[in-house]
Amino acid sequence: MLAQHGTPGLPQETHVDAFTTPLLAGTATGALLLIAALGLALTFGQMGVINMAHGEFLMAGAYTTYLTQQVVTNTDLSILVALPAAFLVAGALGLLLEVAIIQWMYRRPLDTLLVTVGVSLLLQQLAKDVFGAQGDPVQTPGWLDGNIDVFGYHWPYRQMFTILLAVAALAALGALLRYTSYGRQIRATVQNRDLAETMGVSTRTVDRVTFFVGSGLAGVGGVAVSLISGTNPNLGTTYIISAFLVVVAGGLGQLRGTVIAAFTVGVVTAFFTDWFSSSMAQVLTFALVVVFLQLRPQGLFTVRTRGLA
Amino acid sequence: MNRLLPLARTWGPLIGIALVAIALLVVAPAVLSPFRLNNLGKYVCWAIAGVGIGLAWGRGGMLVMGQGVFFGLGGYAMAMHLKLEAAMATGGPDAIPDFMVLYGDGTMPGWWEPFRSGAFTLFAIVALPAVAATILGWAIFKRRVKGAYFAILTQALAVAFATLLIATIKQTGGFNGLNQFTLFFGYNLYDPVNKKMIYSIAAAVLVVCLVVVWQLYRSRFGELLVATRDAEERVRFLGHDPANIKLVAFIVAAIMASIGGALFAPITGIISPSDVDATASIFLIAGVALGGRALLLGPALGALAVGYGRTALSESFPDQWTYFLGLLFIVVILFFPSGLGNAWSQVTQRLRPQHQEATR
Repeated sequence: MLAQHGTPGLPQETHVDAFTTPLLAGTATGALLLIAALGLALTFGQMGVINMAHGEFLMAGAYTTYLTQQVVTNTDLSILVALPAAFLVAGALGLLLEVAIIQWMYRRPLDTLLVTVGVSLLLQQLAKDVFGAQGDPVQTPGWLDGNIDVFGYHWPYRQMFTILLAVAALAALGALLRYTSYGRQIRATVQNRDLAETMGVSTRTVDRVTFFVGSGLAGVGGVAVSLISGTNPNLGTTYIISAFLVVVAGGLGQLRGTVIAAFTVGVVTAFFTDWFSSSMAQVLTFALVVVFLQLRPQGLFTVRTRGLA
Repeated sequence: MNRLLPLARTWGPLIGIALVAIALLVVAPAVLSPFRLNNLGKYVCWAIAGVGIGLAWGRGGMLVMGQGVFFGLGGYAMAMHLKLEAAMATGGPDAIPDFMVLYGDGTMPGWWEPFRSGAFTLFAIVALPAVAATILGWAIFKRRVKGAYFAILTQALAVAFATLLIATIKQTGGFNGLNQFTLFFGYNLYDPVNKKMIYSIAAAVLVVCLVVVWQLYRSRFGELLVATRDAEERVRFLGHDPANIKLVAFIVAAIMASIGGALFAPITGIISPSDVDATASIFLIAGVALGGRALLLGPALGALAVGYGRTALSESFPDQWTYFLGLLFIVVILFFPSGLGNAWSQVTQRLRPQHQEATR
């Protein structure tokens, strides 16, 4: 079921230029991975929690887009309604997960991985039962329907929109982390949880805010995904592993590692897909990440600590 | 009583293994219908893989989320041989599997050729996972990649493996996998007596695997493995290389998964990507988590129970099985992290407030 969709890539619409096409399509894939990985990197880096249900929050965002279009029938407008709605829906799901389950397991980070696998299975089956196994199409708004000619490659507006969305999400998150008091508290908690607590930071509240924001970002990513491939109960599983590989390769605690890794994985996968096949691209990307970890076991960037290993 | 305790420590596990052996090898064939016995054989294959997961995850602390890959290596190696055996029985020594004529251009890839030999197949079932696990484990453990990173990498491997299988329809049967075997090393697979024999082989292999891990747990290696799980740095400071210790456990687990897969193919008559992908790997973990990851018999009994539950629930509620599996993960990991086999001591531990809860 994971592999039916192949790589989390964007359908390549035309094969004009062997270089421009994978580069642009891959950048868009990378943007999607970035949105998905930002939330993961946040929760993983800060709490050591591995949320395997994160992909299903992406799916929740996609279904929110679909539902919004049923209510707001003007597709030009509905996508703008869907963005904040998806953020809230996925964020609420994440908060619910944190309060109901994760908060009891902070001492066992590896076990959160398995519990969230269970949550992910539940949410997938729920989506199948509620919306049907086939998935539903999402209408592309008129202002995103079209493409721009880049060196002979018809670059769809939707892919540009994905990149803009990722940049906007990144900027918003960066601003939150850098300029708000919550951001300061989050950064303090990431760097040293015990010390932050000593200084009066409520790490419990910070954890919940982080989980809400991180999951909400996945919802926003889901809107972009739904524009490209519609909704699907298995949508989350398509992206989660690549998003995790991005987090692993990018390193924890800093966003720039995630950004570089996301676009690298996206573009490299697109080139491999172009040269070989989408399944081969998946295998090769995995191999590349393993090889890369030989060079930098902690990922691209990491916060230096005095801890061992 | 105190004098009996060491005796019970030594012989208790052996008695447990003996009880499992009697139940699987004597009682089950006598009581169950051929259909149910064959189903049990399927669960036994999962249990064999589960015993390995218990070693790597329960004792070694390595959350192996991609054991389906090794299960698949063994399963596909065996299935390729059975496929060739079926073809050669009807079409002579140069015959090739039917699906290659159907989907491909009627030629067989060269790497299929050695699997015509039964001896080579048996060798490959052990050698393939051992080599794969050595390369992967070496790369990962030597660079001290561990914990969640390791788990994610193994799961990514399972996803990649299944994708590759689905994409190579001409070489591996693609989404349908390999099926329609007729012979198992010369024995007719449609004969109930032979089916019973294959079941008995699987059950015996499970018992052997249990004895092997029992011996490993008792050995110096077993002690080091647990020490590595609990305090890797201290083990390193004592002059051992944790990477080597983990690597051995990972390889043994991979070989066990492969043998389980190799028996799975003739017992179920099919091996397909859905038997080896990330979801299948997670399913393998579910049994181990349920039974008790660090216990000797827990992983095997848990795998048997989850296998049975899957069949029973799928028969009565086809779509609800996934809910059940999801809930199982949540409830077991949240409330019984060391499995139901240990449920009583976990409950009593919780009721004793003066003890710090140590869940590892």
